[in-house]
Amino acid sequence: MKGREHRLGMLYALPVAGFLALSFLAPILLVAAFSIMPQKVFTIFHMPDFSAYGEFLAQGYWRSVAWSLAMAFAATAILFVICWPLAFAMAKVFRGFTLVLTIGVVMTLFVSENIRLFGWVLTLMKGGLIEGHIRHWTGTGFDGLLYNVPVIVFGLVYVYLPFMLFPLAQGIAMVPDDARQAAFDLGASRWQILREIELPLAAPGIMVGCLLCFVLSAGAIAESKLLGGQAVIVIADEVETAFTYGQNWPLGAALAMVLIAIVGAIAIWGISKADLDAMIGRRR
Amino acid sequence: MKPSRLSHILLVLYGLLILALLYLPLVSVGFASVSKARYLSFPIRRYSTDWYGKALESDTVRELLILSLKVAGLVTVISMVLGFFGALAFARYQWRFRKLYQKLILLPIFFPQTVLGLALLMWFNAIGIVPSWKTAVVAHLVWIAPIATLIIAIRAYSFDPALEEAARDMGASTGEILREVTIPLLMPGVISAGLFAFLLSWGNFPLSLFTTGADSTLPEWLYAKMVSGYSPLVPTVGMLSVAASALLLACALTIPWILRRVRS
Repeated sequence: MKGREHRLGMLYALPVAGFLALSFLAPILLVAAFSIMPQKVFTIFHMPDFSAYGEFLAQGYWRSVAWSLAMAFAATAILFVICWPLAFAMAKVFRGFTLVLTIGVVMTLFVSENIRLFGWVLTLMKGGLIEGHIRHWTGTGFDGLLYNVPVIVFGLVYVYLPFMLFPLAQGIAMVPDDARQAAFDLGASRWQILREIELPLAAPGIMVGCLLCFVLSAGAIAESKLLGGQAVIVIADEVETAFTYGQNWPLGAALAMVLIAIVGAIAIWGISKADLDAMIGRRR
Repeated sequence: MKPSRLSHILLVLYGLLILALLYLPLVSVGFASVSKARYLSFPIRRYSTDWYGKALESDTVRELLILSLKVAGLVTVISMVLGFFGALAFARYQWRFRKLYQKLILLPIFFPQTVLGLALLMWFNAIGIVPSWKTAVVAHLVWIAPIATLIIAIRAYSFDPALEEAARDMGASTGEILREVTIPLLMPGVISAGLFAFLLSWGNFPLSLFTTGADSTLPEWLYAKMVSGYSPLVPTVGMLSVAASALLLACALTIPWILRRVRS
């Protein structure tokens, strides 16, 4: 019995695991190999040196990394605050409206992210939906709202909202009503219930939501390009430039490795803590 | 402990506000797509649907549509198959490396897509494959097959192992059990995974960017036009692409409903 379960599990895992080994793990190993090649070569059969990483420090690429991480952190924090009340209501308060919200939010995921960001460009630009109408009605306009750092963070918040909302709602659904009721009966304030009961018990959902948002925002590129203009250059943008215009694959690979190392460390740490069976299957 | 009526109403209003903000940019794109002027400026003075006619006549747009359809269709079929077996290994069977395997499935979802696209470009180059729309299918699958696996896994968790065991006790072979018990039970999950796979592939941009080679998908073409300056075709084609996904989604939501009505 156990033997068959083990054999079947292994057999069924093989197609997708084999596919990911070949087209996810292998390419990452290749990037790692490229990152220690001398500058401007296109094969990995050279004497390894670490000049690409030297370039990373010397040319100030760390600044892009810092910008990406700072904006990802800001977006994640803002998303958490924005999504908590709504996720709470979806899990505990609403009935039919939860389904409406779920479908409404999921549907936006199916529209290409750059069409939605382009929509924000049309909304926020000078002569766009907001400024154009204000000028039309009041006679005085202002410069558009685009091309600065806050609007990039806004774009990140906008694009990654579903990735915070749904894990949070899932996490809050795991908080038993009895626990909240008991705390309330014992005289806990609303704030105390939030801090002592809801936040700790919803922690798995909070962690998955924050991780997803942080990791995806740190590697995001379209928000800063479309909404931010040249306000700041994010790390994913530097990676792309090094590969395409720069034709310097080792440098691009080294930049990518820095991003992969930071993001991967956070993701692996988070995934290893989460109990996936409980989160997805709601068993136990 | 139930929230008061007032806070209930406030929460509903808050939800509606978030939904409105999520859809506001599409409203702008929609207005822009019916503006007659070549240089867009709000408020729109003259409306026309000329640009839709131009978009539908254009050969480029037709080629883009066909290519995007091909990619999304293939991604859908392959990720349904990979996801079906992957989900059984993820949720149904207890086996030695399951925890490790679950983590491997999750990693690509957490991975920055632009970097993944570039890594794949280097990989294809290293093993001597010229990038085309076929390599884009592989790139999409790296991200979408795990998502399909997770969606089907949700269904597989609620799967009662006793059903398979009963079939086995009555002498069914592994293949028969799969065909007669497992596949019908997981079908709803497989179909919603397929729907997700299609729509996510249809709208994906960061993975296509580096892996399509000389070919171009719809979101890629839109992006190229957006960064190189405004073209009235961008909002129009964007709206067409949104309409296509909305149509598919509407069909997917209504067909089961109609079938149920017909049957009963």
